[in-house]
Amino acid sequence: MKILVGIKRTVDPNVRIQVKADGSGVALESVKMSVNPFDEIALEEALRMREAGKAEEVIAVSVGSGECQDQLRTALAMGADRAILVQHDEPLEALVVAQVFVAIAAKEEPGIILLGKQAIDDDAGQTAQMTAALWNRAQATYASKIEIEGTKARVTREIDVGLDIIEVDLPAVISADLRLNEPRYVKLPDIMKAKRKPLAKTDLSELGVATENKLKVLKTSPPPARKPGRKVADEAELIGELRKTGLI
Amino acid sequence: MTKILVVGEHDGKQLNPSVAKVLNCVSGFQAEQTDVLLMFAEPVQQIIQAAADIEGVSRVLTVKAPEFENPLGASVVALLSAMVDEYSHVLVANTTYGKDFMPRLAALKGVTQISDLMRVESPYIFDRPTYAGNAIVTIEAPSDQLLCATVRCASYSAVGKSAQPAPVEPLEVSVEFPTHTRFIERQAGSSDRPDLSSSKTVVSGGRGVGSSENFKVIYNFADIIGAAVGASRAAVDAGYVPNEMQVGQTGKIIAPDLYFAVGISGAIQHLAGIKDAGTIVAINKDEEAPIFDIADLGLVGDLFTVLPLLEEEIKK
Repeated sequence: MKILVGIKRTVDPNVRIQVKADGSGVALESVKMSVNPFDEIALEEALRMREAGKAEEVIAVSVGSGECQDQLRTALAMGADRAILVQHDEPLEALVVAQVFVAIAAKEEPGIILLGKQAIDDDAGQTAQMTAALWNRAQATYASKIEIEGTKARVTREIDVGLDIIEVDLPAVISADLRLNEPRYVKLPDIMKAKRKPLAKTDLSELGVATENKLKVLKTSPPPARKPGRKVADEAELIGELRKTGLI
Repeated sequence: MTKILVVGEHDGKQLNPSVAKVLNCVSGFQAEQTDVLLMFAEPVQQIIQAAADIEGVSRVLTVKAPEFENPLGASVVALLSAMVDEYSHVLVANTTYGKDFMPRLAALKGVTQISDLMRVESPYIFDRPTYAGNAIVTIEAPSDQLLCATVRCASYSAVGKSAQPAPVEPLEVSVEFPTHTRFIERQAGSSDRPDLSSSKTVVSGGRGVGSSENFKVIYNFADIIGAAVGASRAAVDAGYVPNEMQVGQTGKIIAPDLYFAVGISGAIQHLAGIKDAGTIVAINKDEEAPIFDIADLGLVGDLFTVLPLLEEEIKK
């Protein structure tokens, strides 16, 4: 079985982003970029499945600018067997990205498409479900445990009230949640080795995907600021303040 | 014509409180009609009544099928895709239930989805948060096709009760449900404490609590003030508490009147979950912790000393 893993280049989770003063977007020039944390978890899970003999090949796929090669090299250094860059310079909506994954799946015929549950830049959380819909396969979102049993996967899902356990027929799309695993650290020799692993490039027209973003971003604004707070001296003052406003 | 379908989540016993918040969001659309859809294996009168009583609801539609005993995203979408064509908008709360199925529906209909709608300017112009709530985008969606959206419940209070309950219409729909997905079981954390998503007061613990065992001090304090208990991602990551307690960008986004952040440094992704809280109280031994930048009231000190003293003060 092959596993296709989505790798999105996103702002590093520790960066405090700034909205541009003219409202045209977020300032990303010279900001540290990383692999979206949930995609890293998805990749780690795919690697563990291969190491456990449940899968033969792990393919990392990124959709975006040429700079996404950095993140694909990280994925190869972590252990992916090969990578595919679908080059497109403008940001794409989840519906287009889902079409890309389905087009690649038609060629590669993976048993699982494993994606992060959301990207920490646009926070949309749609790609996995949309991919499953267009591929006409089962979806198992927010996975915290995946057990492969032959042609089925038993997935434990993180939901608002606790956990749901479902079973899906493979092929299927699974999205990774935080507690699925802890991704490995990349070692220096692996980075060297990753340079020799295959990284293929393609684009939307080669895959037969029409580019069509449907939403127009009119402006980007910073969130309303909270009014500045203050430090209290001790416990008595804190409770006194809360009593004054009737909160306690 | 703006005709809205709201998908009503319930657990077989009660209507999810998020539905009345979605109706508040819907009031910004000035819709001609707003229907609430309820899916059941066996209809529950109390849930139907609760939906019919919400202000702004035109009709409550009920659908009955064995698949809805434990509704899976794929089954919900199989039903919805057969019935949404007469609507201009389909909305659901941004709970894990809503977030799971709505993108699947949108993709099947060939339309995009708007996640976490937080302000309605017009039926096709909205605000939504990106970058953990640090950049709010105003977006325009095409008005010539179905619009699918999840609603950021923390941005809306619940609407009140209607004077006149809405009519209830059972629907007969013939749907072929997918067989590729099967429900096995639900493991719901049983708790007598208030619900994290809707509680007026919340106490959250972070990495500073130090262990699963130590989280007792957070529970004790929460019980004394009748609060729900949450946690930072760091505390969940460290295995102190289960994921359903996570507050933040990738967990629950909440808007209590009073929020205690205890032993939480205030990472960007945690702050994303509490931006709409009324009053934020931070307790942390590191006076430089970023949580103090956002807190209304901050107390520098060791949580294991501070919490018992707070308990004494409250009992006075």
